[in-house]
Amino acid sequence: MAPMHAFANPARFLRLARPLTAPLLIVGGLLVAASLWWGLVHAPAERLQGDSVRILFIHVPAAWLGMGGWTAIAVASFVELVWRHPLAGIGARAAAVPGAFFALLCLVTGSIWGRPAWGTWWVWDGRLTSMLVLFFLYLSYLALADAASKDGDGQSRIPAIFGLVGAVNIPIIHYSVLWWNSLHQPPSITLGKSEMAPEFLWTLLAATVGFSLLFGGVVLARMRMILADNQAEARLRRRAMEAADA
Amino acid sequence: MREGLDHWPFVFAAYAMGVIGTLGLVAWSWWGMRRAEARRDRSREQ
Repeated sequence: MAPMHAFANPARFLRLARPLTAPLLIVGGLLVAASLWWGLVHAPAERLQGDSVRILFIHVPAAWLGMGGWTAIAVASFVELVWRHPLAGIGARAAAVPGAFFALLCLVTGSIWGRPAWGTWWVWDGRLTSMLVLFFLYLSYLALADAASKDGDGQSRIPAIFGLVGAVNIPIIHYSVLWWNSLHQPPSITLGKSEMAPEFLWTLLAATVGFSLLFGGVVLARMRMILADNQAEARLRRRAMEAADA
Repeated sequence: MREGLDHWPFVFAAYAMGVIGTLGLVAWSWWGMRRAEARRDRSREQ
């Protein structure tokens, strides 16, 4: 627990976050640009799905980060509730916007891919519906976190509890293609095993690492933004109270 | 695969949304951070 508590001090966290934010965004951006270019220009068409398979290089990282974002919120919420870690709630709030964006990107690119692959933009099956529920959970979390930040510290446990309870949807999304009949294919990559051809697999891994680095950079930037806002607000409030006392 | 359907417009649409959306997210977060930190520094100097 010692390393976790070491970052309870915002000044110590900022000493680490400041030099990391821009490099994460730059390296992630370059990796994403290279892998998407490779996927668009050099990757071969797939035997059954044709050229539409190239959507994979955006859709799969978006799905991974949509679910990963909520997993981060759940872990940070747990840390906030159990250890009252002052940065855990800020981290959870910072992960919610990029998480919601990638969940939406997963839904939109999946819908675009569904038209040529399945002949339809949307079906109400387990995978698509549970992913849509995840997007709505993100919107609800953002509204709760925004209300809690305006109401003061006493309310900040509500988004944390919501973040923890909402995590029940993550295994539902993952196993939905195994539990229920679905047009969506089952996972092609599992721990230690891949059914994907290497020319797709390596490009997909590079795109996923690149988007994940971007996600990390965005979370750090948003944590710095929330911390700076809190510090400026606290200073202004203190000054207003001093002026009222004088 | 749906025969007779050109896949490239779908591919370009998905890539455009992914790239433009991601660039927008990064720019929004980066400039939001810079603005908030500048506001905090100004409040410190006052």
